Amino acid sequence: MSLAQVEATTEAAKVGEEGGSLRRDAWRRLRRDPVALVGFGIIALFVLVAIFAPWIAPYDPADRPGAGIVTPTNIPGPSAEFWFGLDELGRDEFSRVVFGARTSLLVGVVALLLGMAGGLLLGILAGAFGGKVDTVIMRVVDVMLSIPGLLMAIAIAALLGRSLLSVMIAIAVINIPIFARLLRGQMLAQRGSDYVLAATSLGVRRRSIVLGHVLPNSMSPVIVQATLTLATAIIEAAGLSFLGLGSPDPRVPEWGLMLANTQRYLASAPHLAFFPGVAIVIAALGFTLLGERLREALDPKYRR
Amino acid sequence: MSVTEAAADHLLDVRGLSVAFTRKGRRDVRAVDGVSFTVDAGQTMGLVGESGSGKSVTSLAVMGLLPKRGVRVGGEVHFDGDDLLTLPPERMRDIRGRDIAMVFQDPMSSLNPVVPIGIQVTEVLHRHQDLRGDAARTAATESLARVGIPDPTRRLKEYPHQLSGGMRQRALIAMALACRPRLLIADEPTTALDVTIQAQILELLKELVRDSGAALVMITHDLGVIAGLCDTVHVMYGGRVVESAGRRELFAEPHHPYTGGLLASVPRLDAPRGAPLHPIPGSPTDLLPWSEGCAFAPRCPNRVEPCTENPPALESAGGRELRCYNPLVAAEEVPA
Amino acid sequence: MSATEGAAAERHGVPEPGEPQRHRRAVSAEDTLLTVRGLKVYFPIKSGVFVDRVVGWVKAVDGVDLDVPRGSTVGLVGESGCGKTTLGRSILRLVEPTEGTVTFDGIDVSSLAGEDLRRIRRRMQMIFQDPMASLDPRQSVESVLTEPRRAHGIERGEATTVAQLLDLVGLPASAASRYPHEFSGGQRQRIGIARAIALEPEMIIADEPVSALDVSIQAQVVNLLEELQDRLGLTYLVIAHDLAVVRHIADVVAVMYLGGIVEQAASDALYSAPYHPYTKALMSAVPIPDPVIEDTRERILLSGDLPSPANPPPGCRFHTRCPYRQPTRCDDERPALRAMAPGHTVACHWAEQIHSGEITPRPSAVVGAVIDAAPPTTVPIAGDPTITTLGPPPGI
Repeated sequence: MSLAQVEATTEAAKVGEEGGSLRRDAWRRLRRDPVALVGFGIIALFVLVAIFAPWIAPYDPADRPGAGIVTPTNIPGPSAEFWFGLDELGRDEFSRVVFGARTSLLVGVVALLLGMAGGLLLGILAGAFGGKVDTVIMRVVDVMLSIPGLLMAIAIAALLGRSLLSVMIAIAVINIPIFARLLRGQMLAQRGSDYVLAATSLGVRRRSIVLGHVLPNSMSPVIVQATLTLATAIIEAAGLSFLGLGSPDPRVPEWGLMLANTQRYLASAPHLAFFPGVAIVIAALGFTLLGERLREALDPKYRR
Repeated sequence: MSVTEAAADHLLDVRGLSVAFTRKGRRDVRAVDGVSFTVDAGQTMGLVGESGSGKSVTSLAVMGLLPKRGVRVGGEVHFDGDDLLTLPPERMRDIRGRDIAMVFQDPMSSLNPVVPIGIQVTEVLHRHQDLRGDAARTAATESLARVGIPDPTRRLKEYPHQLSGGMRQRALIAMALACRPRLLIADEPTTALDVTIQAQILELLKELVRDSGAALVMITHDLGVIAGLCDTVHVMYGGRVVESAGRRELFAEPHHPYTGGLLASVPRLDAPRGAPLHPIPGSPTDLLPWSEGCAFAPRCPNRVEPCTENPPALESAGGRELRCYNPLVAAEEVPA
Repeated sequence: MSATEGAAAERHGVPEPGEPQRHRRAVSAEDTLLTVRGLKVYFPIKSGVFVDRVVGWVKAVDGVDLDVPRGSTVGLVGESGCGKTTLGRSILRLVEPTEGTVTFDGIDVSSLAGEDLRRIRRRMQMIFQDPMASLDPRQSVESVLTEPRRAHGIERGEATTVAQLLDLVGLPASAASRYPHEFSGGQRQRIGIARAIALEPEMIIADEPVSALDVSIQAQVVNLLEELQDRLGLTYLVIAHDLAVVRHIADVVAVMYLGGIVEQAASDALYSAPYHPYTKALMSAVPIPDPVIEDTRERILLSGDLPSPANPPPGCRFHTRCPYRQPTRCDDERPALRAMAPGHTVACHWAEQIHSGEITPRPSAVVGAVIDAAPPTTVPIAGDPTITTLGPPPGI
């Protein structure tokens, strides 16, 4: 008997625990988890900043309050008036970073939703029908996965022209095969379970089994993947903008774009790279932390 | 009998063993709660219980295989003069495999699936007897032959998945006995096997133990296996021993209502066919903590007042031990 | 569930002392509810790089005939790899039969499709081995028990209510709002049973209904199954590897080995006088919780391992391990089931000679521990030296 089995059977501690569905169980576990709470806190912070940007930022991101002060050799760093300093055009860096949260989160969320929609659709078709449908879809997915993600995103964004929308679509496309394969794998695994066999023997219609049993039980890893994908989407969006594939409008504050523009000034004005860079990292970290803990919370093996 | 005298007499002397699993923010789970027993050389001892009885955890504690974190072990385990619970890890590693060996329930998960059988057996020989190369391979082939694996030379190169369940279990037994340990602990070794294979493996264990003079601790939930194999039997429930007796005495006259209940609830090939089954009501997880009384009380047909007030103590009488306020009296009475 | 709730609920099925033994209903062979003829289930073995080609077949079920009279319990025993689970599932079309017919109440189930198949599922249900895996962890008990009704579009008023179902299986009404992981193994199995009877089926196939449960719980579930059979007039096909459980619950028992039935008889007859060498070995291998018997009984040990169902031995499938194997016929002629006595069929060329003692097992296959104690007063059951029995077990 493995130790895990041994622990599972000594259920004396079961007395006194409240019951409830698995979701409530997972939620309770997450609430107590300090790492998950930190992740959640970071995410909440960024979402709030993004929503309330106009009230938090002292200046409009296109304004140039410091136009008179900046010169190519003197770009002031953080000060009492400009918390993150000024950029090379005299714009308030803090305001730009704050508004940049909006852009980054928007791009990340839209890209994720598009990618999930496409991926889940393919995954459900492959998982529910199996057979030839499954084979065909999976071969397509294999091909998509064999192309390096960022290269494909660059190609797509280049094809669609420079805009934030093309960045969103590009990131969505490279995430489609990930979700497709994930959901399809889960569904295939669940379809082999005894409870599906039991439902079939009861005479439940196939469609009800897939939608009512197989799909809900396959969603946990998908949810986890979604949070992790949001983290990478933010980074990928920054990367694409950095390469110049994002919005061509230089006034739009996008963290990656801001990083791109600072290359020349790295030595003399490091704050221009520091703040957007840190913002990207922390945002991604928040989603990653929550995602990892979510994975553990939803894993049936850790169920008491 | 003085303590040191007693410790030297028995091969294995477990005293007051307790194992508690600690969990953050929750009550400790006392898997084993004060278990004592002795095993002598050449003796076969049976540890009977269902899930939650603590029998497996007991054996893991004796072997020192419990994780260090989240587990609190108390009591003494004397083997050949040493208290295993206080030995440094290097000494314990020497003893494991060489002096005490263990056979587990599921042969597939106890064998490394990516390493050929031969290497897994010679690994044991290498560690404890420092055998290498050809000498090790010869010894390994002999071990496999001794456990009845046909064509052992060829099997050395095979992987676990190429063997059947019975063969894998034999290979595990071969690994366990390779260094001729003095004590073999078998934790449900045949539960996962078919009944005809089980018969083969039990026969094999009997023979090997007899030939080598080792002591055997057999852990199982199957009373039939115990009846055919063990000299002494300890029945565990909720982490404590509730009854101990010699094999014949226990089956002829069970004293503890749990033992009696188990015997009455199992359909037997030799009983009249229409005889009704008398299950024990409730489930092994319906426990009272021992601190509040007898753990079996919620399910016990013989329950009386003291049972839910104070835990009964283990008392010895006539070569048997019993932990019960109101035991089954005579063989003719049916437990109500 | 509190302990008292559980204990009170589970007193169902425990007969009071002094209660007469369970009435064994007489089964008439004329009213056969289920008929299986020539059933074969072969699984293809595929191999290939781009396209999978079939390179062989796993013959899980290789020609089985079975009759289940209405109201009776037929037991199907065998060890792993014998095909009993596949047989059970193919009867319900959960696995597609390769050949053969399954007739349920006169209807040819094996040829039904679509809606017809779905509708006949109401009448034949299954209980699964693993109570945790056979329940959707996200479904509340209430949902589990109402799903069958909803699947067949039955109005709430016309079906057995959730409360009634829970009561029938000995669970409290409060269980309806709970989820599977909140119950113990025995309780989950009861939920599975409640689900199986929700549509008032005529027949239930129980696939290893108690093997995943603790010993002391197995008897509760066995008693429950018997009680439900009496109350609801059910017909059972019980698939199990535990010989003692099957003996207790079944009227007729069929023994399977490597895809085929090797012996079939009424329960009493089979257990007291088995003819087939495999049955004899199987029974002698079952441990009996009585040290005196265990010490003195003779065991027939089989040699070797189960052959692969993808490559079964020619002739009699058991001959590679048979302690009674003869030089002729066993290795090239597959024995058919033939009657030794009314209602008792055996698939062995030499059954009569083995039974009369003319053919004895190879000495190396027989193991018997003879101890120095005074010989016990044993009563060998007629004809069979491998099983001895005392009177009723002590303590009972």
